[in-house]
Amino acid sequence: MPLLNVRGLDIAFPGEHGPIEVVHGLDLTVEAGETVAIVGESGSGKSVTALAITRLLDHAGGRITAGSIGFTDKSGALRDLAQESPEAMRHLRGPEIAMVFQEPMTSLNPVLTVGRQIAEGVMLHQGRSEAAALAEAKRLLEAVRIPDAERQLGRYPFQLSGGMRQRVMIAIALSCRPRLLIADEPTTALDVTVQAQVLRLMRGLQRELGMGLIFITHDMGVVAEMADRVVVMQHGKVVETNDIGPLFAAPQHPYTAMLLDAVPVLGALSDEPLPAPFVRRGEAAVPQDTVRRDAAPVLELEKVTTRFDVRRGFRLAGRIHAAEQVSLTVAPGETLALVGESGCGKTTTGRSIIRLEEPRSGTIRVNGEDVSRLNSANEKRLRRAVQFVFQDPFASLDPRLTIGFSIAEPIHTHKLATGPAVRARVQALLRQVGLLPEHANRYPHEMSGGQRQRVCIARALASEPSLIIADEAVAALDVSIRAQVVNLLMDLQARLGLAYLFISHDMAVVERVSHRVAVMYLGQIVEIGPRQAVFGDPQHPYTRRLLAAVPVPDPARRNRHDGLDDSEVPSPLRRPDDIPVVAPLVEVGPGHFVARHQVGGMY
Amino acid sequence: MLEYLIRRLAGTIPVLLAVSVFTFAFVHLLPGDPARMVAGPEASLEQVNRVRTELWLDRPIWEQYIRYLDQMAHFELGRSIKTHEPVSKLIGERFMPTLWLTVWSMVWAVIAGVGLGVLCGVRRGGWADRTAMVAAISGISFPSFWLGLMLIDLFSVHLRWLPTGGYGTWQHFVMPAFTLGSGVAAVMARFTRSAFIEVAAEDYVRTARSKGVPEQGVIWTHTLRNALIPVITLTGLQFGFLLGGAIVVETVFTWPGLGRLLIDSVNFRDYPVIQAEILLFALEFVLINLIVDLLYGLVNPEIRLK
Repeated sequence: MPLLNVRGLDIAFPGEHGPIEVVHGLDLTVEAGETVAIVGESGSGKSVTALAITRLLDHAGGRITAGSIGFTDKSGALRDLAQESPEAMRHLRGPEIAMVFQEPMTSLNPVLTVGRQIAEGVMLHQGRSEAAALAEAKRLLEAVRIPDAERQLGRYPFQLSGGMRQRVMIAIALSCRPRLLIADEPTTALDVTVQAQVLRLMRGLQRELGMGLIFITHDMGVVAEMADRVVVMQHGKVVETNDIGPLFAAPQHPYTAMLLDAVPVLGALSDEPLPAPFVRRGEAAVPQDTVRRDAAPVLELEKVTTRFDVRRGFRLAGRIHAAEQVSLTVAPGETLALVGESGCGKTTTGRSIIRLEEPRSGTIRVNGEDVSRLNSANEKRLRRAVQFVFQDPFASLDPRLTIGFSIAEPIHTHKLATGPAVRARVQALLRQVGLLPEHANRYPHEMSGGQRQRVCIARALASEPSLIIADEAVAALDVSIRAQVVNLLMDLQARLGLAYLFISHDMAVVERVSHRVAVMYLGQIVEIGPRQAVFGDPQHPYTRRLLAAVPVPDPARRNRHDGLDDSEVPSPLRRPDDIPVVAPLVEVGPGHFVARHQVGGMY
Repeated sequence: MLEYLIRRLAGTIPVLLAVSVFTFAFVHLLPGDPARMVAGPEASLEQVNRVRTELWLDRPIWEQYIRYLDQMAHFELGRSIKTHEPVSKLIGERFMPTLWLTVWSMVWAVIAGVGLGVLCGVRRGGWADRTAMVAAISGISFPSFWLGLMLIDLFSVHLRWLPTGGYGTWQHFVMPAFTLGSGVAAVMARFTRSAFIEVAAEDYVRTARSKGVPEQGVIWTHTLRNALIPVITLTGLQFGFLLGGAIVVETVFTWPGLGRLLIDSVNFRDYPVIQAEILLFALEFVLINLIVDLLYGLVNPEIRLK
């Protein structure tokens, strides 16, 4: 008898004109000790399914309208979770079924200590005293490998990093030894090295406790790492269910095949020095050579340093060394990827170039002109020549302005056209990014995430820039959309000769798009060089760690993480008198430079 | 912590200075002549002028202000123009009744406001929620003098349960505190409700449910504790409203407090009393908000530990 046996599940939410069904006839089984991955893009109904199984759906406004959720409880009795009373469900949540959610930053109560939040479930379901429950909480923190567990019990969530918080969430979920754990995108918000740690931890604990695990994710790499069986969902329906091996090797449903094709695989271009757009399965990648090496660089940074003061009262308590003597160049038609984990300074570097942050020292040259000290003439040129595309296409468009107005704004600002010519230019730009001229009259909320990001790109193109800084520009998009937008960026590069500073944490996408890669760690570039050299023969230990942590969407290549360390990246916050050491990088190959000095912390 | 306290207390000095400049200027802009009021309607121009010289009222206004500041620096509030009693004595007598009135009004406002707000937040959309919110809007809309008079008519004139006014036993507090606090209670109820509903949608509330925490625990431990954080800030700001409202309510219920003293002093152009009182109101407001900020740290560890 399976642990969980969902049959014909329909889920609906109330809508303006009657209920709207979001999951249709879902079947799902999970055996004890088995990991089933549910994959699909946003809106496929995978998270709602998880909420239905735990019946947290009741509190989210949804309703199970048909079907059964068979669950074998600890006593061996078969229960139908779709029919259980709310009170009976409450006794099952925790000791029988537990959940880990996507956002570790918001999933813990900010005003309660970590110890209290873990102990709560233990006291409730096992009737233990507070002291005994706290002792158990300490044991659990040790089990999820949080160092110095005793002290962490009294700390609050805001004092912990994202990775630590997600470990605490896992400790909470496991506190009553559940038989089924549902993890909803548990590592999506985490950095790649932290993700690797958390995935390994979950696998180990699952083996130890013999739990059934439902792993909800959009990331095929993570699926390949974790799952025994895969359920692919699209528009609220299961389109394919299969064991991991056959599913990856020979997907039956076209949607599964499309998903797998859209997933960038790190190492796919290891024999190819040039970037190449995504292609369908079976087609050959067409590398594109767009760099004009003979021309003068569009962007030159020389020892650019940006720091942020941290004040406590009137006293200077410390400084965040966000960017420390960053030097790099980008040639016309070239894509330089700036990679690293959160807090490494890659975004600050990008923002410093267009002066969303003011660098403390260093030289910035755009098309050969020094713009380190802004005056009204070179500011205008800088603003026109360099454009920014941000991560969140929802937040970076004004909801009260039409798409056309947003795109026309830079045209007016830089006086590139007047009168009816503006309209024509907006329409041309929309067509250029794969949208229709009539989209100009729409508002941002009438468009999907992928379309909005295209609008942001069109707006960036409006001032005819020579460089676009794309800061995690595809990170918030679903895989299939992400592949399309990446291809669009590369197509524009081929046609317009654009240069990109491509800021990203996603190594597999970086491999696709970039000619050269710069790896940042604690505000410094620790390795920079041709993409093939940096990825194929990483010289800096941090680069190696970063690359090793990337999940590979190939089930045959899993379990490579057993040697990974559990250490955290140290903080770029330093005492005011403690200036980090920066030394020139050492050339190890043609155009390939690496830091040989101690950067701080581990390396 | 000590550093923080000292810094905050030092921060009140410029506030009080600014308040003193404004009250001094505005009081002197009022039409009417205090010298004539003191000397009486029958007095000759000569007598009035003598009074004016005695009171320094013939000096330039900046000179009067400097003298006033000098007195303040020695904690000397001067004497009332009207009664010649020391201002400190006048205010001292009236201080406690007003303090107790505002405190009990606030206690009532917080209990009723937060209680109703949570009730509405839990039962949002239900009939209890809708009724309470209509009541809350009414609470904001009724002017306090009207509410006070209606209460007097009902409970004192018809039912004869409570005294019409005055100060002394607990019965004297019931209607004034209710009248003064109702508007604030209504604001608090609406604010608590929306804060509660906002927090109820947070991820960590879902986490609590996923642990199998009973609804009571979800409401009190996980939702309300977080929802109270902005409510506390609002409480401090509403104290200013109560201090202003006390002027009306004290008049309606013949309450021997600072509000009525202020009305009397304004009518008589009793400059020293007006100035001292307004300064006291400002000081109270600043101190109460300091206490509120300290309380804020108590419920919000992020503030306390940073």
